[in-house]
Amino acid sequence: MISFISRRLFHLIFILIGVSILVFLMLRLIPGDPAHLLVGEFASPQDVARIREKLGLNESYPYQYLLYLKHLLSGDMGISIRSNLPVSQEIWDRFLATVELSVAAIFLSSLIGIIAGVISSVRKYSIFDYTSMVMALAGISMPIFWLGLMLIYLFSVLLGLLPMMGRFTMGMDYQPITGLVILDSLLRGNLPLLTDSLKHLILPAFTLATIPMAIIARMTRSSMLDVMSKDYIRTARAKGLSSQRVIFQHALKNAFLPIVTVIGLNFGLLLGGAVLTETIFSWPGLGRYVVDSLLARDYPAVQGCILFFAVIMVLVNLIVDILYFYLDPRLRIDGKG
Amino acid sequence: MKRVCWILSVVVGLAILPFLSFAQAPVKGGTLTWGRGGDSVTLDLAQATDGESIKAGIQILENLVMFKKDSMDVEPQLATSWSVSSDGLVWTFKLRKGVKFHDGTPFNAHAVKVSFDRVIDKGHPFHQYGTWRYPALGLGPVKEVKVIDDYTVALRTEKPYAPLVANLALWLCPILSPAAIEKYKGDIGRNPVGTGPFKFVKWIKDDQIIVERNEEYWGQKPHLDRIILKAIPEVSARFMALQTGAIDIADDLDPDSIQMAKSNPNFKVIEQPSVNVGYLAINTKKPILSNKLVRQAIAHAIDKQTIIKTIFRGLAIPAVNPFPPSIWGYNFKIKDYEYNVQKAKALLAQAGYPNGFSTELWAMPVSRAYMPEPVKTAELIQGYLAAVGINAKIVRHEWGAYLDKTAKGEHDLCMLGWLGGNADPDNFMYGLLHSDNSKPPAANVAFWQNPEFDRLVKEAQGLFGKEKRAPLYLKAQEIFNEEVPWVPLAHSTIVRIYNKKLHDVPLRPNGLNSFQMVWKEK
Repeated sequence: MISFISRRLFHLIFILIGVSILVFLMLRLIPGDPAHLLVGEFASPQDVARIREKLGLNESYPYQYLLYLKHLLSGDMGISIRSNLPVSQEIWDRFLATVELSVAAIFLSSLIGIIAGVISSVRKYSIFDYTSMVMALAGISMPIFWLGLMLIYLFSVLLGLLPMMGRFTMGMDYQPITGLVILDSLLRGNLPLLTDSLKHLILPAFTLATIPMAIIARMTRSSMLDVMSKDYIRTARAKGLSSQRVIFQHALKNAFLPIVTVIGLNFGLLLGGAVLTETIFSWPGLGRYVVDSLLARDYPAVQGCILFFAVIMVLVNLIVDILYFYLDPRLRIDGKG
Repeated sequence: MKRVCWILSVVVGLAILPFLSFAQAPVKGGTLTWGRGGDSVTLDLAQATDGESIKAGIQILENLVMFKKDSMDVEPQLATSWSVSSDGLVWTFKLRKGVKFHDGTPFNAHAVKVSFDRVIDKGHPFHQYGTWRYPALGLGPVKEVKVIDDYTVALRTEKPYAPLVANLALWLCPILSPAAIEKYKGDIGRNPVGTGPFKFVKWIKDDQIIVERNEEYWGQKPHLDRIILKAIPEVSARFMALQTGAIDIADDLDPDSIQMAKSNPNFKVIEQPSVNVGYLAINTKKPILSNKLVRQAIAHAIDKQTIIKTIFRGLAIPAVNPFPPSIWGYNFKIKDYEYNVQKAKALLAQAGYPNGFSTELWAMPVSRAYMPEPVKTAELIQGYLAAVGINAKIVRHEWGAYLDKTAKGEHDLCMLGWLGGNADPDNFMYGLLHSDNSKPPAANVAFWQNPEFDRLVKEAQGLFGKEKRAPLYLKAQEIFNEEVPWVPLAHSTIVRIYNKKLHDVPLRPNGLNSFQMVWKEK
């Protein structure tokens, strides 16, 4: 187990070097001078030349890359061109907002998705099965943008039930400890902030959860159907076990492997930031930051974000693999060998 | 008796009612929430290049001089008066006394020197902490800042430079507390300390900036307790937030929302012509386009009214000259080239192209106030040109490449625009059309070189006083009109939409105002 994890962590180093080279090259192959883009159409040519100089853009590519790598090894992701602040700090502040939203969304989608999937598989070809699978199809196909705006219009503008933007009411007193608003309000025992921030989470979390929810429901259904046709289920039934025990102890546990994979994959994607949901709900997360940085050709920021995503994806996959060990005893034997 | 009392009170009540609504006195207190499209980048305005930064920073920081609240005329702010030496090189400013920065340190000539030197002096200890993006536009012409005494400061320029006072009113020349500059160094943009009517409180990135009333303010203290500037990137969400009352002001709405807001009695909509221009530059270095008759034909071929009606949805005025009529020195006598296909064809025939020719039309990839939908505009223009026989191919590049290539002159026709920050004609006439700026990388993307135009503009730059400079610009505009290096398309209108509970909301032609006088009904 430990050797497995350390091997995976060792692979991480090569993945990161590969990703950093790719990102470094990709950004520089797009046409256009980043210095010009940075100062915009109102700058004089002298200003552009000065900025190029300052950013080291006149050096050769290998030199620029090695310099970047050297800083990276000492934990320095560089200074954002746009804001003049350390990229690591910029990423971390926004990542916490993204974590809050992603955790809520993945929790919601797993809960509803698995329940719907299990019921659909047990009551195959029933009204519930058809309805939930049609809804899942709609969930996958629906444009997030449209759904988010409709939810705002219904729940905020017409009914006035839920707030439509941000992590908590504007100007509310919030003293960060961890940067996760819900956790901090619990730690400080600030009940009004807790209820306020939970209310703010509902609409964006639901919007963001629709697609993973639908994927999880469909995966649960097909995986359950697969398992339910296995011999050991028939044996369990023949033994006279209750239907609930068969479904939850025998079938679901064995059907879980692909479901966990899908949940892990989606969680990793969500942690990279959800541009559309964050934009519609004015959520100050990482997705918007990446797009803004990309449009402003903020090299260090984009490089930092993509490296950060690579690390997250590798770590989430690692956690999923470790979960396999617990879910499937057969892997434990293979893993040792 | 009771009945009489009752009637009497009703009568008295009715009689004073009009006076009550008439004499609505400003209410002190309250929070103003201001929804806008994005977050600020920095609040050290000497480093700022974007409107969202300036919008917030201008509440906190002040300059020596400032534009009036609803025009681009300059008035004193931290300086009380100024004079220029007879050789036109030294500007002496008398400073306001008894002003304190938000950190309690006094405002004086030393503070002006530190604030300016860190920008213009490469050897200054705080120069390294900033990215000074537009030195040519703001303090660029200033070569030396000299403290005469505590409340007198002198700025020396290399050449006589008349627009200097207007430059000093730009966001690029704020006065910050020297103590704070030293304390925060590279982080000053996150911790701005100025003398303005509002103090900086808090900034949550990509989310909100909070400022509160400066109780020690030297002038009329603000009515509002605080202002929250909230980033709401999605335009429909922003309009919905205004409808629910979650925000008091919604910036940069789309034309459809503006129409809806105009018909809603809960909102007020104010408009102001902006100090910008959107134009079609004609590369005069290209063989066919170097012919004046061809350029005049193109000007006759384009229907600006339709562009304004369909693209700007009426929120613009047709442009005739290089700069808008809200700036002094505008030549109102010039008649625009009317939309006339026959005349355009005749001119083309006269130029030797009776069957037209093929050319490239470069469309901006980003939308700006002066060019809200560049690609649709390009398609319209393509249609107009086709009608007179000019076959224009639309060319698109990504924004960085677009600026790069147009500056090098790779285009035939290209769309661009300009926001004249300091509202001085020089900003447009010298910056965009003088031959000094026509060498690649050029800001004069028409690559137009006209000795007489050059002479007039250069001479106006060295003269002091609008009355002396204006006649030169009037003449220069006539040459521009005759030669057509650009087809000026439109000057957009800026709009501010807010809840009717707000009062005394100002709107300058550049859209950037301090909200010192704004108050909110309970």
